Amino acid sequence: MARRVAIVGVGLTKCSSHRRDVTYPELVHEAVSAALADANLKAKDIDAVVYGSMDPFDGVFALERWNVDACVGAGAANMPFLKLTTGGTTGGSTALGGYYHVTSGMFDVVLTVASQRVGETLEAQLVLNTAIDPIYERWMGGGAITVVANQASSHFHYYGTTEEDLAMVAAKNYACALNNPYAHLQRHLTVEDALKMRMLSWPLRLSDCCPSSDGACAIIFASEERAAKITKTPAWVRGKGQITDNYYIGDRPWFQDWDGLTMLAQRVYKEARINNPLQELDVAELYNAFTIQEIIECEALGFCEPGKGAELVRKGVTDMGGELPVCPSGGTLCTNPIGATGLIRIGEAALQVMGKADKRQVPNVKTALGHVWGAAIGFHVLMILDKEKP
Amino acid sequence: MTQEEEILIMPGAWNLPFRHTAGRFASRFFRELRDNKKIFGVRCPECRRVLLPPRPFCERCFASIDEWVEVGNQGTLELFTICYVPFLGLPPPPIATIMVKLDGADGCLSHILGGIDLSDVDKAPELVKIGMRVEAVWRDERKGEIGDIEYFRPVKSSRRA
Repeated sequence: MARRVAIVGVGLTKCSSHRRDVTYPELVHEAVSAALADANLKAKDIDAVVYGSMDPFDGVFALERWNVDACVGAGAANMPFLKLTTGGTTGGSTALGGYYHVTSGMFDVVLTVASQRVGETLEAQLVLNTAIDPIYERWMGGGAITVVANQASSHFHYYGTTEEDLAMVAAKNYACALNNPYAHLQRHLTVEDALKMRMLSWPLRLSDCCPSSDGACAIIFASEERAAKITKTPAWVRGKGQITDNYYIGDRPWFQDWDGLTMLAQRVYKEARINNPLQELDVAELYNAFTIQEIIECEALGFCEPGKGAELVRKGVTDMGGELPVCPSGGTLCTNPIGATGLIRIGEAALQVMGKADKRQVPNVKTALGHVWGAAIGFHVLMILDKEKP
Repeated sequence: MTQEEEILIMPGAWNLPFRHTAGRFASRFFRELRDNKKIFGVRCPECRRVLLPPRPFCERCFASIDEWVEVGNQGTLELFTICYVPFLGLPPPPIATIMVKLDGADGCLSHILGGIDLSDVDKAPELVKIGMRVEAVWRDERKGEIGDIEYFRPVKSSRRA
């Protein structure tokens, strides 16, 4: 029988283009210390660690070894330690790994940590290109930006979405990031500014694309019994899941929709007994690494009909004051330490449920959704968190 | 730590050689490109889809495959973007990457689009349309690799599938 599990502590680091003030383990230590402080726990209270990073972004393979001591001294304490890596969904898989550790009954208090120093690679797209099939496809120079630009050009073609729609998504997220002291990009951006930005891969301009960030995140998961003793504000895991799509994206060239995410949402909503996500969710932290993805994700997650994602933004439905605020943190668009980013999405969702999101707090949040994508748009993770015990 | 404290950066670089086994299926596919200027897919014995690139098993049916099917030199453009910025170590811009559904195939082949002027970022996207017909342009000197098709270009006089 699966046990109830809650998030009892969240730790974030300030993210930037290069955290020159810290070594890699110091960066991880910063996130872990913040999570322990948030939960008012000591290192010795942790039973096991699940760590995630996306090798080889930092130019160091098997980072768990470098960071093993920064994860509550897990190395010196000879603790159980698991490393997970699933491309862009690494942080989401890490959260699921922590959840599984606790719900299985094997451990009571588990630390999840994810980190990335994308700022230490001088060309993120070149690293991403190593993830592409070396026999048929790598030669074209594909990376995240070009793969996602296909989503945008398809959405433009089939649904009439425009560059101005993308610019509105950018302006909304940049404005939110100004309320988030941990966000990487901290500057005002107007729709007019966005439309003048340099074109990277048509139709994505610079302001449609996330930055390369250094950053880390830590989340502590606890069993029902322990959660009650640790915190008065647990964020209960009400639904969760992961989905994988097939390898050759040429077999599924309908990039205007994201049917893998739609399928996963149906599974997770069913588990969480959510019928109308737009009404029943209070906030969503989506992995909007690119503006077009926030639009497609809103559609795939059932916040609106397919093709109507841009309307949500135009009508302010997903603004801070809207019916369902999306990415009060500024989202992945403003901060992307890749392997850590998925855990940040779930951490931000947890902070909203716990009422600890400070200036970016949405009022009266009961239910929050965290979303993560990765693996050349083939993988997704979702986690629904709730103030009430499921 | 004071503001004046000097923080040092240690350089790093990876230059690791690898060799990737193409396998029997890709090897035959590339030999057909090189020797006969023909593009082959494979047919799954269960779902009957013609898969491209060719592969030894169908990931949907998990069935082994041994039937080869020649597909057309022409097809329909299903996806595209035009990249305008240089990335270190990657092909120079502008480069239009496309997915083309070749006639007779059920999946798309990833390749690049040529034969049109991509230089003007305001005009080029107007020249490329999802649904347009494209055809393979072959290199004279072929080496047995995906680049033996130099690029796909728009088919003249019939813009739509």
